[in-house]
Amino acid sequence: MKLTKLLASAALVAGLATTAMAEKTKVGFVYVGPVGDGGWTYEHDQGRKAVVAEFGDDVETVYVENVPEGPDAERVMTQMALEGADLIFTTSFGYMDQTINVAKKFPKVKFEHATGYKTADNVSVYSARFYEGRAVQGHIAGKMTESNIIGYIASFPIPEVIRGINSAYIHAKKVNPDVEFKIIWAYTWFDPAKEADAAKALIEQGADVILQHTDSTAPQAAAQAAGNVVTFGQASDMSEYAPFPRVSSIIDDWAPYYIARTKAVMDGTWSTANTWDGIGAGMVGIGEISDRVPADVKAEAMAMVESLASGDYHAFTGPLKKQDGSDWLAEGETADDGTLAGMNFYVEGIVGDVPN
Amino acid sequence: MDLSAINPVLLIASLMVAATPLLLAAIGELVVEKAGVLNLGVEGMMIIGAICGFAIAVETTNPYLGLLAAMAGGAVLSLLFAFLTQVALANQVASGLALTLFGLGLSALMGQSYVGIKPPAMAKLDIPFLTDLPIIGPILFGHDPVLYVGLALTAATWALLKYSRLGLILRAVGENHEAAHALGYHVVRTRVLAILFGGACAGLGGAYISLIRVPQWTEGMTAGIGWIALALVVFASWKPWRVLLGAYLFGGINVLQLNLQAAGVAIPVEYLAMSPYLITILVLVIMSADKSRAPASLGRIFHASQ
Amino acid sequence: MIHLEKRPQPSRAWALMTPVIAVIVTMIAGGLLFAALGKNPIEAIRTIFYDPLFGEFSFYYRPQLLVKGGPLILIAIGLSLGFRAGIWNIGAEGQYIVGAICGAAAGLAFYPMESIVIFPLMIFFGALGGLIWAMIPALLKVKFGTNEILVSLMLVYVAEQLLASMSLGLLKNPEGFGFPGSRNFQSYDSAHNAELITGTGMHWGVVAAFIAVIFSYILLNKHILGYNIRLTGEAPRAARFGGVNPTRLVLFCMGASGALAGLAGLFEVAGPAGQVSIDFNVGYGFTAIIVAFLGRLHPVGILLAGLLMALTYIGGDIAQSSLSLPSAAIQVFQGMLLFFLLALDVLTNFRIRFATKGAA
Repeated sequence: MKLTKLLASAALVAGLATTAMAEKTKVGFVYVGPVGDGGWTYEHDQGRKAVVAEFGDDVETVYVENVPEGPDAERVMTQMALEGADLIFTTSFGYMDQTINVAKKFPKVKFEHATGYKTADNVSVYSARFYEGRAVQGHIAGKMTESNIIGYIASFPIPEVIRGINSAYIHAKKVNPDVEFKIIWAYTWFDPAKEADAAKALIEQGADVILQHTDSTAPQAAAQAAGNVVTFGQASDMSEYAPFPRVSSIIDDWAPYYIARTKAVMDGTWSTANTWDGIGAGMVGIGEISDRVPADVKAEAMAMVESLASGDYHAFTGPLKKQDGSDWLAEGETADDGTLAGMNFYVEGIVGDVPN
Repeated sequence: MDLSAINPVLLIASLMVAATPLLLAAIGELVVEKAGVLNLGVEGMMIIGAICGFAIAVETTNPYLGLLAAMAGGAVLSLLFAFLTQVALANQVASGLALTLFGLGLSALMGQSYVGIKPPAMAKLDIPFLTDLPIIGPILFGHDPVLYVGLALTAATWALLKYSRLGLILRAVGENHEAAHALGYHVVRTRVLAILFGGACAGLGGAYISLIRVPQWTEGMTAGIGWIALALVVFASWKPWRVLLGAYLFGGINVLQLNLQAAGVAIPVEYLAMSPYLITILVLVIMSADKSRAPASLGRIFHASQ
Repeated sequence: MIHLEKRPQPSRAWALMTPVIAVIVTMIAGGLLFAALGKNPIEAIRTIFYDPLFGEFSFYYRPQLLVKGGPLILIAIGLSLGFRAGIWNIGAEGQYIVGAICGAAAGLAFYPMESIVIFPLMIFFGALGGLIWAMIPALLKVKFGTNEILVSLMLVYVAEQLLASMSLGLLKNPEGFGFPGSRNFQSYDSAHNAELITGTGMHWGVVAAFIAVIFSYILLNKHILGYNIRLTGEAPRAARFGGVNPTRLVLFCMGASGALAGLAGLFEVAGPAGQVSIDFNVGYGFTAIIVAFLGRLHPVGILLAGLLMALTYIGGDIAQSSLSLPSAAIQVFQGMLLFFLLALDVLTNFRIRFATKGAA
């Protein structure tokens, strides 16, 4: 017997067994980091807990943390499918090809891959429009900076991060034409000591607002020590640094999506989707804007959140030029998702090159 | 590009902070290696120190108790290594690697309920007149107390190794354990004490990261600093002052590259990040021609066959 | 007073017994740990050690043991040669990375051409990459007497930076929408290290690991070079008088371990992993050092130790999802296993004596 057949029949047996025992829907989560990272994986696990809270005894969730991208991920996904999972969330970009491979072997099991772009009959992809949150940050940052220097701690030069930088810059520039961005590429998602050093370097060079695309609170602490520097929480609310230096935050909120997709599996209505949700659907949360932000700025920011949520406003709306001066978006034109997904250029005004 | 944006005074003050965990861990490891033992478990001891220090500081709201707990935690973990290598005579390379694996896991278990908590802050030195001095004020008189402990430890280690009887015994044991044993020195006891000292220093270095430099607790937060400390000892050719210099150089390269990026200088980050290691290799090569070699018994197992 | 007395000959009986005892002791200590975490200890131990081998889905996990254990064994075999002769290459992780980069680059250079020569060429360049990376500490040791432990360790970090640079730059998939990482070899037939027989987990890397075990066994037991290696490790001075050329020995041991680590990297990147990416290396090079020691530097021992390590990884992941054990607990458990294995090894070479005071 071929292995695929063997796997499929085993899954079938396992599936039957679980349904017979209790009508529970089993949902698996594959995490790239530890649930205690306080950032990316932590927020996915919050989403998992929300699923448990929502459906109680009708659902059983399992997770495996610290799963390296590669053969280990493929094994863990297969393991979950064999053990009777009905739905599996794979929460790192690097799991993309493995998710597709395993999904082929288990056509009955639904897969959801975060931040990727490959779909199949039983594989959906989902991601968040974090750049919408960046637009709000950029607006507040542009208004609040006095030195007109905004520091940006970036992780890796990939489209997701570049999109965030562009969005923040466009909206800071709009309210403050003199604003300048200083960008540090940390080449890590998570290295608290390095993030602390990066934040310090930016502050010492005059930045009085720090935006971060890395997940630790180290930059928050550095800003607090410096005294008069504004920061924003990243991935989680980081409210322990509110109301100042942390004046707001971008929160990864996977709960609504995870609940909706689990419900869809329970109801038998699940179908392949390519979801890219933002503030409107609640996937991107804007943490409470603290009172240290002037009331008028806060009101403007709230209005922007509203219009982004309702879809009245797109964070990339023309006229916009690329860094080299060439035209990108005409007056009133908005960026298409394809360009955004693969964004590898800065917009006009940002100094420096995207590292390559 | 705007190099004038880099303030050299602040740069030096920052790199001193960045270098301190490295310095603490490396001074500890230097003593261990001087005694002829190679403990590759520095990273594991550091992270245990980071969580022990963090947990106790949070529970007691006293950062100083936290630092003591960190030293104790690092030392207790190093005791495991001491038992394996000195009593059970296990291979040091393998034992050290196992120690790191174990420490990383144990720290994560211990730290589960400490994620997302802010530890009590530690006051910085603030001497009314001195701290406000231009240039030397921020560099010399504006830091947290542990940074000065690191400097004092370097000086003490140097003096101890060079002038004291204890230092002599330590070096004798590290250079030729059979001869030291024949002279009546307690090889195993000396080594165990050195290992404990190394553990305490690494623990303190870890707590410096979780309590002062970052400060927060997250799994795996030492992110490889323990391994750099190992490199540093070699780079310094087992000399305490060179460890200090090396720590500033290693910490400095990192701080400098971040500063250069912020100033808009396009630098190939990966290649710059390689440079400390390449420099260390170069130093090693130059040093091999020199007299200041590694302790002769480094990594070798000692068993007194009566 | 308790003291240790060196055995004239390492005890064969203890050499075979200690690993078994260590595993049993670890099960007890680990069981206590799991109980302290509020889990059923017997169920946890069964999940880690029994389920992957004989459980309901063992048909899937057993081949996975080979996938996970293959690279560990291949690297550890290479390392054990040097370790036996007192030559300490602890930079296998770096050689693994460079082997993967070189081999992958050789393959990608031909994309999308299909030809049967591509994969052998990749194997060649993979081995060559690892060999060259290991030759740096080897030559420095031979020429200048530089400590190979430290140089090989330093080169791991250099290799990691090189890997990041390659994933983001030269080897980045041009059709990957700007994301880091190379093309996937799983969709490039001529370069893909596929499973040889579906469902067995056997790929060329596992085959290479088995061949390495056999070769190393023959080398150490039947060949003069193997005799020289063992002699140098046990009695370096005698070896020198006996005409063993230490320079050649260093070059051979470092070169062999580097080439095997490079091969492991190539087989992994072209097969199970599929692509060059920033986080491609997952510590096989370091774990292999532990495997080499657990296997007592003996080829057959390494084979078993590699499979045992693989078992704890696979069983650990199962325990995570089915018993909600945190991965940290699994890590601690693995650490304990290593401690007990290392600590008990003393019984192989030494006898414990209980002497009354004064008699010593």
